Amino acid sequence: MTNEFLLAGFGGQGILFAGKLLAYVGLYAGKEVSWLPSYGPEMRGGTCNCSVTVSDDPIGSPLILEPSELMVMNTPSFDKFIGTVKAGGMAFIDSTLVDGTSDRTDIKCFYIPATQLAADNGLKGMANIILTGKILKEIGLDDMAVIEKALQKVIPPKKANLLDANLNALKLGMNA
Amino acid sequence: MAEKSLMKGNEALAEAAIRAGCKCFFGYPITPQTEISAYLSKRMPKVGGTFLQAESEVAAINMVYGCAGSGIRCMTSSSSPGISLKAEGISYIAGADLPCVIIDVVRGGPGLGGIQPSQADYWQITKGLAHGDFHVLVYAPSSVQEMADMVAKAFDMADEYRMPAIILADGLLGQMMEPVEFADEEIKMSDASNKPWAANGHKGQRKHNIINSLYLQPQELEDKVVERFKRYEDIKANHTMAVADYCDDADIVVVAYGSTARLAKSAVDAARKEGLKVGMFRPVTLWPFPEKELQEATKNAKKILTVEMSMGQMIHDVKLAVNCSKPVEFYGRTGGIIPAPADILKKIKEMGGNK
Repeated sequence: MTNEFLLAGFGGQGILFAGKLLAYVGLYAGKEVSWLPSYGPEMRGGTCNCSVTVSDDPIGSPLILEPSELMVMNTPSFDKFIGTVKAGGMAFIDSTLVDGTSDRTDIKCFYIPATQLAADNGLKGMANIILTGKILKEIGLDDMAVIEKALQKVIPPKKANLLDANLNALKLGMNA
Repeated sequence: MAEKSLMKGNEALAEAAIRAGCKCFFGYPITPQTEISAYLSKRMPKVGGTFLQAESEVAAINMVYGCAGSGIRCMTSSSSPGISLKAEGISYIAGADLPCVIIDVVRGGPGLGGIQPSQADYWQITKGLAHGDFHVLVYAPSSVQEMADMVAKAFDMADEYRMPAIILADGLLGQMMEPVEFADEEIKMSDASNKPWAANGHKGQRKHNIINSLYLQPQELEDKVVERFKRYEDIKANHTMAVADYCDDADIVVVAYGSTARLAKSAVDAARKEGLKVGMFRPVTLWPFPEKELQEATKNAKKILTVEMSMGQMIHDVKLAVNCSKPVEFYGRTGGIIPAPADILKKIKEMGGNK
């Protein structure tokens, strides 16, 4: 089993952080993982994306051109990547921020108003985590003990007070 | 052993350097290797070492020259254009027979080029690094774990043979995160006690050591260079490294190093799943090039395919190693484009990969 995630949005939305969380959930679930950020001009405020592979087998290319799971948090990324999702794959779309829908019938699209959900639940800035929760649920990497351990690892010590909020955001996403 | 954690290749390499006893780092920032400097700027002071951001790459390599002369394990790192600037200093260090470790996290070139991954520095690093008759040891990691493992190896070999060792990585390996664990739990002690040649102060207890690369008498210089090349022969005979997978029955053997070897391996695995007789050969040392290992791996092959993130540079070493005894073809992308495994597989099929 191999999951190839492509996460994309604007710099500052926590795309790389969400990728790191997915990678650690995979690692703690006993799988092979790799995480590759875009490190070009994107880092200076433009679009940003990140490839994460979670697999039962050793990983060859860490760069993902045809994801099995796509998460997008802005319209340019939606337009750019929705066509690249593998047939039979899934797309997780922040419908608060993305205009439009896909007419692809060979993939499963989840339109989740993650940014709105975050604002409504006092979880501002955690739309990325809400979407990550939904992804983990849909792919079946949803062992809460593993997820909580991964969250504790990726949240920097200075922000340890945000652990509960992140957990709430994850659960919100899982039930969305 | 501690639990594996995820680290970027650059960070894993930096941490492994500390554990290998690297006490001084002299650097200058450049994408895509800046995490090495950033990591060491925080970590080095905590282990009693020195982190110094120099005013330029030229200054940094000359600080390495001085530091290496005192017998302390030291390192510098850069990316392609920065390595070009360091070239003169590297020649001096080689000419003075000093050990040090240099990291090249390659980006697209020539000129300022780009900042995306590339292997276009192969010729520079393995052949024409700078003026004069000399070689440097060259290691090509292909995973984050190997970024960590090879830096310790590089320090040991540099010390043993008194010569610079280079880790040839690229932006992909530097930037990606993978699980890593460190072989050395403790930080290795490194001092000059087993380096009788070091110019490290002796309070008048022995004859002073001179470190120098200037020999105005031709005979003296020739003797020096010839002695150095005897050491090189010893390294060639005993210290080549390579990994061969499914080569025994392969009609086509794919040769690739570093991150490209991962991409090629994906293509080879896919070919094997389709029943094609394809093998994979990965040189781990690029100088010395693993000639014997490649000859052995390709002895039953009809054709060889070299895959690189460049216009084709290692392919010359591949042809030399097999003495052009069979066709050697090439597939590559350059400028910061990463070859897709599907395209490598397509090339394998074009070459007539048979069941």
